[in-house]
Order: sequence, then C-alpha cells, then structure tokens
Amino acid sequence: MKHIVTALFLLLTLSVYGQTPTELVTAVKSKLDRVTNYCASGKMKTNVLFLKAPIASVQVYFKKPNQLRILNEKGISFIPKGSMNMDLSQLFIDPSGFDLLDLGADAKTGWRIIKLLPRDPNSEVVLSTIYVDAKAGLIRRSSTTTRENGTFELELSYGAYAEYGLADKVIFTFNSQEYKLPKGVTFDYDDGSGKKAPSDGKPKKGRVEIQYSNYQINKGVPESVFR
Amino acid sequence: MLALLWIELNKIFRRPRTYIAFGAMAAIVWLIQLALYFDGQAYVDLMLSNLSGAFEFSEVFKKQLLNGYLICFVILNTLLIQMPLLVALVAGDAIAGEASQGTLRFQLTRPISRSQLILIKFAASAMYVIALLIWLALLALAGSVLLFGMNDLVVLRSTGIDQMQSDDVLWRYLAAFGFASMALITVAALSLLLSVLADNPIGPIIATMSVVIVFTILSELNIPLYDTTVKPWLFTTHMVAWKGFFYVQADAEGTTLRGSIENLPAIMRSLGILVGYIILFLGTAIYIFKRKDILT
Repeated sequence: MKHIVTALFLLLTLSVYGQTPTELVTAVKSKLDRVTNYCASGKMKTNVLFLKAPIASVQVYFKKPNQLRILNEKGISFIPKGSMNMDLSQLFIDPSGFDLLDLGADAKTGWRIIKLLPRDPNSEVVLSTIYVDAKAGLIRRSSTTTRENGTFELELSYGAYAEYGLADKVIFTFNSQEYKLPKGVTFDYDDGSGKKAPSDGKPKKGRVEIQYSNYQINKGVPESVFR
Repeated sequence: MLALLWIELNKIFRRPRTYIAFGAMAAIVWLIQLALYFDGQAYVDLMLSNLSGAFEFSEVFKKQLLNGYLICFVILNTLLIQMPLLVALVAGDAIAGEASQGTLRFQLTRPISRSQLILIKFAASAMYVIALLIWLALLALAGSVLLFGMNDLVVLRSTGIDQMQSDDVLWRYLAAFGFASMALITVAALSLLLSVLADNPIGPIIATMSVVIVFTILSELNIPLYDTTVKPWLFTTHMVAWKGFFYVQADAEGTTLRGSIENLPAIMRSLGILVGYIILFLGTAIYIFKRKDILT
C-alpha cells in the first residue's frame, strides 16, 4: 500500500512538473477565455501612504478584450493607474507576443514561476512574472513591469469562481508618487499631528485590496459603463 | 438685562449696514457656486493635478468629487478669512458708534453698570455673529447640497488627503460652524475692546482688520523661529481649527475611521485659547470702560 501511495505521489508530481510553460499558460488561458464579460460586487480597501479613505462598496465591470471599470456608485473611490492590470486576461491578449521562460517551482509554495518576455521591443510591458498553481491551473501571483507606470503586483485568492479563473480576493500593489501641496494653497490647520518624516526619495508602494462577491459572468455589460 | 439685549439687537438689525454683511456673503457664496457649477471641472482638474500620476480620474469620479460638501468646504476656506471684517463692522461700532452719535452718556444714565453695558454689547455682537454663521450655513451648506448633491468629502491637506463618507460629514459641519462662531466671537471681543478706546467707529473697524491681517500673515508664514514662539499664541492660528473636524484618523492600513477626529485635544486647546482671548479682550474692555471719562 505504502509503495502504491508513493508511486501515485511521484506520478502526480511528475505530471504536474512535467507540464511545459506553454502548456501551463494554455491551461490558465483556457479558463480565462471562458469569461467574455463579468460584473462583480466588491469591497475595496485602498492603502496609500498619503491617503485616508474608507472601505468602499464597488462594482467591477469587465468586458473583453481590455475594458475594466471600477465604479463606486454611492461614494468616491481613488482608482490607481494601471488598474486594468487587475484582470489577468490582460497578460494573454496576444499569446504569441511573448516568450516564456520557466524558472522552476517556488521553494515554499511549489507554484511554477514563469516569466513572460514581450517580443515587441516597443511593448509597454517590459516583463511579466506569473506564479502558477499548476494543480489548480490558476495564477496565484503576478508582477508586471511597464515602461510608463512602474511595476504592478497582483496577489490572488480563489474560491467559488476558480473554474473561471476569477479571484475572490485581489491585492493590487502599484507605485504611488509623492504627494505635497503648498500650505499657502491648503491653509492647513496645524494640529501638530500632520508632521511626517521627510521623504527618503525611494518610490512608494500603494495597495488596493478588493474582496469580490457575487460575480455575474457572461451576462453582458453595457458599453456605457466604460465611458 | 434681556430687555436691554433686545434693544441692542434691534439697533444692530435695524441698521442697513448690518445687512451689507449678509448681502456680501450671499454674493460671494453665489459667485463661487455659480463658477463651480459651470466650470467646476477645471477646478477639480487643478485639485487633482498632483495626483494624476498615481490615480486615474474618470468623469464620473470628478462629478462625484465636486459635491455640495466639498463646495461648502471651499466656501468656508475662502469666507472665514474675510468674515472678521464683517464682524468688525458691527462690533467695532458698538461703543464707538454710540460715542460718535453722542448717545453713550445717555445710555449710561440707565440703571445698569458699565460692565453690564459692555456685556450686553458683547452678547448682541455674539448673536450677530451667530446669525451671520447661520446665514452662511444656509447658503453654503444647504445651498451647495441642493445644487451639487451629497457625496463623500475629500479634503486636500499639504501632506495628504482625508476622505470621509457622506453620512459622516454633516456632524462635522455642525461642529465646524460651532467652532467658527467662537473664532468670530473672539474677533468681536477684540473689536469691542478697540471700540471702547475710540470715539469713532472707523478706527476700531480698521484696527481690528489690521490686527487680523497681520496676525493671519504671521500664522501662515513658514519661519521656524515663529513656529514655536509666536504662532501658538496668535488667536488667528487657532481660528482655522474648525478644519480639524475634517481631519480624520485612519487605521494601520489607511482606512478612515468613521466618526473620528485626528486630533481632538488640539482642537480643544485651540478652543481654550480662543476662550482665553475672549475673556482677556472683554475683561480689558470692561476695565478700561469703567475708568473711562465719558464725554459724549
């Protein structure tokens, strides 16, 4: 019995690690391709050094190939630049447009690390790295470096909509800039608590976390939402 | 005392010049509302220009941002600096106006002490201030909400942005207007003190404005020497503490804490300093007036 279990484990391991990067990406993409549009409710938490914002109830709309809109219908939400990258299918809009580089498995999680190198030298994306859960056929983490907007990182947790490759929770990390307005413009009240340490000049990271619920998949999304 | 206060209020509100303040405020508020109604987009673009590198701002976002609460904040920012002049127009006239008209001596023939007369004049000026602020609240808050609707309030500070949900804003305005009334009553007390020293209302009105302008400039100057020595003791530094009600606390992840105030003790300290100034100005006015030789 022990030998059978060991043999099965080895077989499974081989089958998982035996997949080429192309096969893995194809498996992931085939899940994402099942979704042509969706609308989801979500709770959005924004964490940027200079911004104090409440948790927002948002609606996230997506339509292929590359339309994504986060709307807060009741209040105001600061949406980071590059939020389009929250949708994973953006990585594979042009599957033949990049070379794949297999970096093996992550030591802790066992996720396969694959680098996507764009073939077009003028591509806005310089480099993408995805961490693929080969067993589930899902991307668990990604990092995309762009020419104009810095680096975006995604961390994804899946639940009820994993079969569509849609995450229940997305953590989106982005480069946020310094913020400063002259006191002569804002006429601040100096209450003694607004004094912050001087900037160290290093790029700051902002974070947006969306907890999704109630996806409506392939039910149609009006074009007016994206205007 | 109440009868005398009623007479004083009658005097104030029967003068046409009293309504200059109400008219001027209405004109300024309506002009700001009109400008933002038709060209608010340009104002919002200017507001957000520093953030356009990190965030994307849709047309919907800009419309939501330019709501009645924000407009009211902009108006208060503009008007509460100018309002001391309007307060001085009335409070500066309280004693010096009577002196110039030759009615002060007659007033003192009534069976009240000089201290009581000053306190009544002060109470009447304070009620005028409160009436002015209620008028401002109607125009700037109720008017803007009617015109532009309600939404979350985003307050831009020199080092960051504070956002609060729309149902967490109204009480802040009530607190801010309450605080602003104390700030303007401080100006009224100063004006009354200067009014005691003069026999013509023009002098106290101009002197009050001069003091407020000089102190405001000192309060806004970024000179380290003044930051710890002079600024904390200028009443103008504390007059803007109403804004403290719109500075919110956040948790470790930057999420606004509903109903929070970033530094309530600082606001209370500012309030204490303003009350101290009111007592100082009023006490000095009473002290001088009791010893003053009233000739007219």
